[in-house]
Amino acid sequence: MRVWLPYPLLFLGLLIVWLLINQSLSPGQIVLGAILSALLVWIMGNLQPHKSTLRRAGLLLPLAGHIAVDVFRSNLAVMKVILKAGRHPANSGFLTMKIELEDENALAMLACILTATPGTAWLEHDRQTKLLTLHVLDLENEQYWIDLITRRYVTPLKEIFG
Amino acid sequence: MSHVTDLPIWAAALVCLLLLAGSAMTLIGALGLLKLDSFYSRLHAPTLAASGGVLLISLASMICFAVLQSRWIFHEVLIVSFVVLTTPVTLMMLGQSALYRDRFEGEHDVPSKPSGEPVDPDLDNGADV
Repeated sequence: MRVWLPYPLLFLGLLIVWLLINQSLSPGQIVLGAILSALLVWIMGNLQPHKSTLRRAGLLLPLAGHIAVDVFRSNLAVMKVILKAGRHPANSGFLTMKIELEDENALAMLACILTATPGTAWLEHDRQTKLLTLHVLDLENEQYWIDLITRRYVTPLKEIFG
Repeated sequence: MSHVTDLPIWAAALVCLLLLAGSAMTLIGALGLLKLDSFYSRLHAPTLAASGGVLLISLASMICFAVLQSRWIFHEVLIVSFVVLTTPVTLMMLGQSALYRDRFEGEHDVPSKPSGEPVDPDLDNGADV
């Protein structure tokens, strides 16, 4: 089983997504979906992804709530900056901070969060020194941003991925 | 698009409002590409379209087809998750290459590569640019 289907959950998920996209439960679609999912799972196995364990998956829900609020807020903030850009040039700048995360998937999730919220752009992360370089559009107070990212995202991610 | 006439008035108003808000957000993001002064600032502008714009327009589409009950609303969820998962890849590549070039040319005011003690010499440093 492990040899043929190294990621059974991924296989099932892909098959369900395929059937939902095609909105049909006909045998033909099931066979086609199963073949495609098996192929993709095989490719995934060859990529040798890093498997992480979710220690406290229950914390994902409040984290998602924080992200929704922050995405909304930063969308409005960035719109304001752009509309004012002619008169008041944006006070943007670089920010370097230490991220105490080691798990690859946790880092990938952090990158998705920081990119999805407008106003912060992930530029560079060095896994040796754990230093992350960000570009922030509205950088009035460096320590404010460092505290915000650490408190709202890094700490919960660290607890979730253990 | 003859479906629109089948929508009850409250749903039509809500869908129009969400669509207009989403398109306005995308338009402002595009304006940002014109108005912002540095490359790094301009990196932020398209994320407006990729987060707020996509979310609002998909929400409008979800409500429209949920009220009409003609189709699963699952497609929009997939669209949003694919956009959220794939934009960081291009954004990080653009940002890293700009940073690399600016450091190489030494023209702009960019931070130098952060230095520090290597924690683990065997650690694969995939993001080393």
